[in-house]
Amino acid sequence: MHIAVCIKQVPDTRNVRIDPDTHTLVRQGVESIINPFDLFAVEAALKIKDENNARVTVVTMGPPQATEALRDTMGLGVDDAVLLSDRAFAGSDTWATSTTLAAAIKKMGDVDLILCGKQAVDGDTAQVGPEMAALLDIPYATFVKKIDLGDGNSIRAIRQTDEGTEIWKLPTPALLTVIKEIGEPRVPSLRFKMRAKKAEIPVWGAADLGLDTNCVGLCGSFTQVVRIFSPPRRTDRILIEGSVEEQAERLFNYMKQSRVPGI
Amino acid sequence: MKALIDRKKCTVCGVCSDACPVGAIELKEDHIEISDDCTLCGICVDTCEFGALSLPAVGTGPAADLSSYKGVWVYAEWRDGAVHSVSHELLSAGRVLADKKGVELGAVLLGSGIGEDTARELVSYGADSVYVVDRPELAKFTDEIYSNALIELIKQKRPEILLAGATSMGRSFVPRVAASLQTGLTADCTELDISSEGLLLQTRPAFGGNIMATIICPNRRPQMATVRPKVMRPAKREGHEGRVERVELPADCFQGRVEVLEVIPETDQTGRLTEADVIVTGGRGLRKAENFSMIEELANLVNGAVGASRGAVEEGWIAPSHQVGQTGRTVAPALYMAVGVSGAIQHLVGMQGSKTIIAVNKDPHAPIFDVATYGVVADLFDFVPALIKCIRRERGQL
Repeated sequence: MHIAVCIKQVPDTRNVRIDPDTHTLVRQGVESIINPFDLFAVEAALKIKDENNARVTVVTMGPPQATEALRDTMGLGVDDAVLLSDRAFAGSDTWATSTTLAAAIKKMGDVDLILCGKQAVDGDTAQVGPEMAALLDIPYATFVKKIDLGDGNSIRAIRQTDEGTEIWKLPTPALLTVIKEIGEPRVPSLRFKMRAKKAEIPVWGAADLGLDTNCVGLCGSFTQVVRIFSPPRRTDRILIEGSVEEQAERLFNYMKQSRVPGI
Repeated sequence: MKALIDRKKCTVCGVCSDACPVGAIELKEDHIEISDDCTLCGICVDTCEFGALSLPAVGTGPAADLSSYKGVWVYAEWRDGAVHSVSHELLSAGRVLADKKGVELGAVLLGSGIGEDTARELVSYGADSVYVVDRPELAKFTDEIYSNALIELIKQKRPEILLAGATSMGRSFVPRVAASLQTGLTADCTELDISSEGLLLQTRPAFGGNIMATIICPNRRPQMATVRPKVMRPAKREGHEGRVERVELPADCFQGRVEVLEVIPETDQTGRLTEADVIVTGGRGLRKAENFSMIEELANLVNGAVGASRGAVEEGWIAPSHQVGQTGRTVAPALYMAVGVSGAIQHLVGMQGSKTIIAVNKDPHAPIFDVATYGVVADLFDFVPALIKCIRRERGQL
């Protein structure tokens, strides 16, 4: 079984702060991390590998420095990695990103299962997984918290939705997007880290993927950002003072004023 | 490709250089330079008060015949015989957009055994036309069959705008619709408007809510967006007239590869975070698992769901399905109460869209107070029992 995991490098929001004067995002010196949900996807793939005869390839689209993210996952036990990097890929929206990733999966040829994180924590769209599945014309399931391998031609995915839990059976090849409940990522091992250090990571550009540069990156995107601004700040904060009993009573009065159903 | 500089307007002030998340803007003596590291994120464009920076336009591609697309559509989410409340919110928002453009507002209902009353109700929220696809294969949701049906309807009727709720259903299958139709999709919008050129302006939080971005889809149709539940206000329009059309679609739309083996509804109402009007969240300040009972009691009194910070989940005090924040659920209820939660950025991004936020913490400098509407600096072990007592007394339960 060949499992491909799609990952993304994102800014580490733990260090993101808002400039108090300009109200804009200060990201200077902010390090890049692997999107936390994608680490859950890597863990899900490695769990399958632990118990079955599976090969795991991790793929990312990004600048050359994204190689570091790929090596980090190899330190966890991932077998191979591919970097999709080309100046033409810059400015991709979810459609252009999905187009590029789907082309890479096609080029690999023999992928049985594609795993993605539920969403990336910088863009929060949750769209790339389903859009890739649509482009590859394979079945998919989102918000998966548990994966059971079936008879070899199908898998069982347990989904967590707003309403509850669902158990789906999907024929392979299939794509799943996973959530935290799938399992916390393992720690890297020395042996894998040594191998990761030496590993050759192929870099595929638009030409390698057979993609026209007009179909990727900003040129190939359908959506366009026309304005970016800081959200209006709350200026209406009321600090409730007094004894604990007074605080409780005053807060409850405000709660009633909010006219929320049920209060 | 990278951001474009208008050297005549640039004053070399350096603001953009500080704002660039990838450090791609270098300040030279009398000009700025943008390196190949530029990811075209657009953050610099809006920090420049001189209008010296811009992004190259998105590809126009082979221009589809855009003028043949007309009308605003709302996907009305149907589950187990009921329409999700986000559909009423979207119809009200869609009505405003349709009126601005002077076009019809359509609603799409996909399901099985849909009664006339269910369809008619959408008219009372402003729909001019309700398109109903009623098939046994739609009784249980799967991405494939639901998107096949919606794709076919869009191909037949050609709406120019399509809105769907950013629920677990909408965020799952609508991307397949957009990709199959080769059009753009904007996720989880919190504001919608029509531009002077008649385009849908889709505004959404990005970078965990620290930045708002307005997005357009200029060259493809329909322009598609999922919209965050509980942000738009539902408004009934008594006496509004509209028609219901039952649509037959080709049988191959209803053939899917996915089999739904089992659906287990969440019985624990306190865990249904994304649908609750009120959420009471407990954090590490609760000190131990048993103390969550206090949060549960308070949540029950105000008909709320129980949330938890990542810290509380990691301590094992409560199941991960209750987690609010970056790796948990993003919620935006009418009332959010954070008890003993310090307010790490990962928590704030998951709840700062809530209408009213109450923060209870004994540390007056806790970051949670920065986003609070009402702040209570107190020991939660004194305050929460006092609040419970106050509510019970008011209701004559003491």
